[in-house]
Amino acid sequence: MSSILSFTILGLFTGAAYAIAASGLVLTYTTTRVFNIAHGAFGMVMAFTFWDFSQRQGMPTWLALFLVLGVVAPGTGYLVQRFVTRGLGEGPVSVSLVVTVGLFVGLIGVAQYIWPPAPRTVPPFLPESGLEIGDTYVTAHQIITIALSVVVAGLLYLLLNRTRIGTAMRASVDNPVLLRLFGGNPDRVASLSWAIGISLAALAGILLTPVIGLSYYDLTLLVINAYAAAMLGRLKSLPLTFVGAMGLGILQSFAVAYLPTEGALSGLRAVVPALFLFVVIILMPQAQLRIGQVKGIVSAPLPSLTKSLSWGAVLLVVVALIAGVTSDANLLLVGTAATYAMVMLSLVLLTGYGGHVSLAQFTFAGVGALAYAKLDEPNLYGLFLSAVIAAAVGALVALPVLRLTGLYLALSTLAFGVLMDKMVFQADFAFGFNGTLQAERLSILGHSITSTSGYVVVMAVFFVLMALALLLLRRGVLGRLLIAMRDSPAACGTLGLDMRWFRVGLVGLSAGMAGLAGGLFAGLRGTIGAADFQLFNSLPLLLLAVVCGVTSVSGAALGGIGLMLLPVLQSSRPELAGLVFAVLGFGAVALGRDPNGLANLAFGIGHRLDKRFGDRIRRAVPVLPLPRSRAEDDVVLDPEVPLLTAPQSTAESTAPPREEPAHVAS
Amino acid sequence: MSLLEVDDVVVQFGGVTAVNHASFVAEAGRITGLIGPNGAGKTTCFNVISGLQKPNQGKVRFDGRTITRLPVHRRSRRGIARTFQRLEAFGSLSVRDNVRVARDIHRGVVGLVRPASADVDGLLERVGIAAYAGERADSIPTGVARLLELARCLAGDPQLLLLDEPSSGLDESETDEFGELLARLAAEGRAILMVEHDMDLVMSVCDDIHVLDFGAVIASGPPAEIRSNPQVQKAYLGYADDPADETRVDLPAVELTQEIRLEGATP
Repeated sequence: MSSILSFTILGLFTGAAYAIAASGLVLTYTTTRVFNIAHGAFGMVMAFTFWDFSQRQGMPTWLALFLVLGVVAPGTGYLVQRFVTRGLGEGPVSVSLVVTVGLFVGLIGVAQYIWPPAPRTVPPFLPESGLEIGDTYVTAHQIITIALSVVVAGLLYLLLNRTRIGTAMRASVDNPVLLRLFGGNPDRVASLSWAIGISLAALAGILLTPVIGLSYYDLTLLVINAYAAAMLGRLKSLPLTFVGAMGLGILQSFAVAYLPTEGALSGLRAVVPALFLFVVIILMPQAQLRIGQVKGIVSAPLPSLTKSLSWGAVLLVVVALIAGVTSDANLLLVGTAATYAMVMLSLVLLTGYGGHVSLAQFTFAGVGALAYAKLDEPNLYGLFLSAVIAAAVGALVALPVLRLTGLYLALSTLAFGVLMDKMVFQADFAFGFNGTLQAERLSILGHSITSTSGYVVVMAVFFVLMALALLLLRRGVLGRLLIAMRDSPAACGTLGLDMRWFRVGLVGLSAGMAGLAGGLFAGLRGTIGAADFQLFNSLPLLLLAVVCGVTSVSGAALGGIGLMLLPVLQSSRPELAGLVFAVLGFGAVALGRDPNGLANLAFGIGHRLDKRFGDRIRRAVPVLPLPRSRAEDDVVLDPEVPLLTAPQSTAESTAPPREEPAHVAS
Repeated sequence: MSLLEVDDVVVQFGGVTAVNHASFVAEAGRITGLIGPNGAGKTTCFNVISGLQKPNQGKVRFDGRTITRLPVHRRSRRGIARTFQRLEAFGSLSVRDNVRVARDIHRGVVGLVRPASADVDGLLERVGIAAYAGERADSIPTGVARLLELARCLAGDPQLLLLDEPSSGLDESETDEFGELLARLAAEGRAILMVEHDMDLVMSVCDDIHVLDFGAVIASGPPAEIRSNPQVQKAYLGYADDPADETRVDLPAVELTQEIRLEGATP
């Protein structure tokens, strides 16, 4: 009996901390439509700051607490809203997700850079005091946390219902445009809610630190619990969010207490929040199609078939040349780059063409690798089957998009990533706890490819084939439909397209591509383990894909090479390890609004060089083909011209001038 | 029995009632106008009919069957197509590809399920925007984009066309051509329900008109009757008296002058 009570109190304590974090998340999301994936990461950084003030610099606790909660956190929230997330809510969900994932990775990098790994402890509040309830001892820290959650709930209620700015906040939930019309200032509302939101994340982080320790990842991922709780309130209702948080806290506490510590169910304890999140997302009611064209989408540049074929050939020749001269160790790096590039191709399909974001794409590669190793069929059939298995798993994860879209798919993949990390990949039937599996290299039509150089060339061939297939798909009926669905789901619906299964298929196909890459990767390495496919590998992958250009095949190739170089860079200058992530994260924050990324920039430079020197070179080397007519090139293919300003093209100037209405009807 | 029957529909957003027990019909082969001041609930009615908005109360019947609970795409397959007041063209596709997508959707994704519908260039020709076929849809003028949305609808050969402010962005001669196009489309047996601010166009092409004000239907009838209806005049003129409300001033003013001109034109 007393154990139930003590576990309930433990659950209420963690639930209270989740509730505080989750209410901050709900506040920022409802007022600005930007779902802050980095909410937990902010909590983590603020907890570190609190440690720095109170332990390292020796400030009194109250002062450190005041500085973090009253100055640093709200200031950070204000600045982030002002300079990073402002206006993101009106754009495509994929952009705001990528930008906040950028913050997420960047903040982890910053924390690692400022506070390099070392044991640190933060004592609980009033460590000596406590209370006996029956024969259960409740610490003062637990009581304070539960009390604070009640205070936060009360203050938020008063703020939203009894103050002018609170009323404006609630109004901006329903309709920010309307709020502006009636004289409210959505920007001020947004800044305030981000300031409060980050403070709440900080408070939750500080309250949880004495229990779970000061760790970069644990505190950051704790936010999944907050997502789960917030989702129960459909990201809108604060009371339901509190209920969800408390429920989740107690559920988790009971899972720790009563689930067996061994056997198949033992892994379940670590994934209760992720499962909770997944179930809540699946049970959410049907969402209505969003009307109002998604703004700020930049189109995907599409090279001609001959152009793509010749670039593919060039790439193969280069890889073959490298394979002939370099050492096996370097060849492994080239093969790794090819793997990353293939996984990024799957993101080109999903994110670049489809407009959906997966936060666990490398986990799908892990599923493919696991299947490949377990099937023990080192041939094309086995590889294909691994891809199909990954695709099936992907379709399962995508089930929430039957009724929901965008954000919820991303969260579903996040829950899936945690689930695989903590439960499936480490299980005995998979890689085993800290275990590895052996995988043989592929044999193609009876020819076994044993040399690393040969295998790397084969991987490059697979990359080129996948890229060509992707470009073909983009040109065809399916590609057009994908773009149409991304540009205007409402129009697709009213034209009669049932997008639900189509989306599930899209995620499945993309996961299958990643799975294929994973299978090839398993063969390349020979030995693979759960550590190779951690969730945290997927986030830099997504960011680099976006930074390098998630709308183009070339961006994927570029990104693959870049991602391969990251750990190389980190191992050569270990002191910069954190900084690399910080640069990558904040780079994505800066570039996330343009999904065409660096690849587009490179096209532009190439084009400019061609304009400047092309004619001279062609005169000197007469065998080179002449470029096609520039006019045609500029309209359809040229990615150099910023695509949103491309409209001033031929037909408009020849057509009779039309009167534009002063305002597009709104 | 009318092709479309909207029966006692109520839509509320929070405390605001956008559509207030509205009932009206649209007949096959006729052009029906849905007019009213800004914020009267016209577009919300369109959303309810096309399935983008669930009504809090009331029914929508199409072709004799209740469709209130059908999802958006199923209504489209029954023969309802719509355009949008805030444009919903597929911005990063060309004008031609916009219509191709619509045709592909109508044929079923694999193109085998249904017979091929009208050819794409023919549709562009028909609405008069063939010159823009190769342009990106986010680069064309508003008026052209509205016609593009109409062409996209026609790719599905719908029985009911819901047109939300189709003529805004067109100049006078283009509007005249557009009126003729509407008449031809109706003559093919389609029902056309149109939200429109251009009173000249509404009065000249519509067979029936419903007037919405604050979400409720305040008048229904043929153009001549609507024009002389005192309640309708009050709904429009009432706003002109309020100089503080900028959003509503210019619209009644325009319609007022048209009203006068129309009065003068009738013997």
